[in-house]
Amino acid sequence: MKAPKRDIAIIGVGTTKYGEHWNYSLKDLITEAGIRALEDAKISGNDIELIVGGSMSSGMFVGQEHTGALFADYMGLNPKPAIRTEAACASSSVALRVGCMAIASGMHDCVAIGGAEKMTDVYGSQATTALAGAMDRDNEAYFGLTFPGVYAMMAKRHMHQYGTTREQLSLVAVKNHSNAMHNPYAQYHRKISVDDVMRSPLVADPLRLLDCSPIADGAACIIIVPAESARKYTDTPIYIRASVQASDTLGMYMRHDITTINANIQAAKLAYQMAGVKPAGIDVAEVHDCFTINEIISCEDLGFCKKGAGGKMVQEGETQIGSRIPVNTSGGLKAKGHPVGATGAGQIVELVKQLRGDAGKRQVDGAETALAHNVGGSGSTVAIHILSRNRGKVC
Amino acid sequence: MEEKAVAFHWRAFRERYGLVGSKCELCGRYFFPGRVICPACRRKGKMSEHRFSGKGSVYSFTVVRTPPTGFEIFIPYLMAIVELEEGARVVSQLVDCKPEEVQIGMSVEACFRKIREQNKSGLVLYGFKFRPVK
Repeated sequence: MKAPKRDIAIIGVGTTKYGEHWNYSLKDLITEAGIRALEDAKISGNDIELIVGGSMSSGMFVGQEHTGALFADYMGLNPKPAIRTEAACASSSVALRVGCMAIASGMHDCVAIGGAEKMTDVYGSQATTALAGAMDRDNEAYFGLTFPGVYAMMAKRHMHQYGTTREQLSLVAVKNHSNAMHNPYAQYHRKISVDDVMRSPLVADPLRLLDCSPIADGAACIIIVPAESARKYTDTPIYIRASVQASDTLGMYMRHDITTINANIQAAKLAYQMAGVKPAGIDVAEVHDCFTINEIISCEDLGFCKKGAGGKMVQEGETQIGSRIPVNTSGGLKAKGHPVGATGAGQIVELVKQLRGDAGKRQVDGAETALAHNVGGSGSTVAIHILSRNRGKVC
Repeated sequence: MEEKAVAFHWRAFRERYGLVGSKCELCGRYFFPGRVICPACRRKGKMSEHRFSGKGSVYSFTVVRTPPTGFEIFIPYLMAIVELEEGARVVSQLVDCKPEEVQIGMSVEACFRKIREQNKSGLVLYGFKFRPVK
């Protein structure tokens, strides 16, 4: 992969609160996030040249496909072109990468990236079935495997190989719920304890309900422009120093070692190279904690600690705000919520706030460089973005 | 979305009924389900059909307690990744044993079972499950 021909900057972000929005439709959600992003960027819809929107399974959740056109229409942006991207829970990170390519190529100068999902209109078993579409339908889901089941088997194996403990899994959820207390857009504002996690019902052993990110409704939006024109719009542009994506087998069962995600390793290597930073140079990260075990596995794969030491790192508090590498200051997927199609864009919204110094009580002091890590399925798609206050070298 | 009450393309999946996969004669790797192209050797590879012995061991496992549509009557049920003795892995339910009896590394063998019913008409979907070697 080559470096983009133009640097890219984020000039505006917006999000809805994540949660159970009984009174809002998919259209309402994306409209609210879109308007907030436009207001944040202080631009008008006329400035937008392209819309790229991620949604995972709007067809199965609300019976609505063609969400590219929906986003354009309800954000009032017709006849601007619109593209929908789908990569399971990484749908809107992939949207951002497509937007970056559109700007880097020189074809467009201002792109709106969206992500939205409306998941709470269906029963739990239907949501489980829709989400299971992100795995290998014929060889995994056919036999009754669920997503909690996929990550449970990864957890079981990680515990077997590295001695990761049940308490360490719980501590991921405890930390992320604690962070979400200070995020007004988070689904949950409820502190939990290790005991609370252990008392919650088993979903797929060893994972319990409080190890799992919740089903949610929500949307997020990001406005990107070429870096050279960013100062026209804002005094605090946030630069996209790396936009990388990698793939792995659709079926998790085919992988040699399920305690690691090869697409994590591959994408991280390229992202650090593109951005010219090392893992130790990351000040704050949003890491895909769809299940507690994934934060542990992915922190290892991203190089924040040695392989196998992810549980210990959480236990020693190294991923808390104010510590060595704060992870999921927003509350993460676990407590901020996981409206799958919106999640990747939502991670970027949080990190832009952190880098601008606008994150309130959850602010990481002096945050200069941030990493967003978004997984589709069991790691069949991984997208990583590195953001910075500094334009740095051409990436 | 309601499924039709007729058999789909899966009726032609030989791997589902006889654990039929493939082997690359060039690099010696086994694949389940079978592949037309070896991902390592690509077009240089030479794939041949291989019927797995059905014997293997548990690589990892879980107990599913929140089921997808169609599996409600089975919960809680055991699911595992089984490493076949030839080296390829499969996802399968474990049957004829209790959750507390299962361990990583446990020897298992394939058996032929009902997976679920498609549609309210009761069309039965079959496939393999694994059970402990007694």
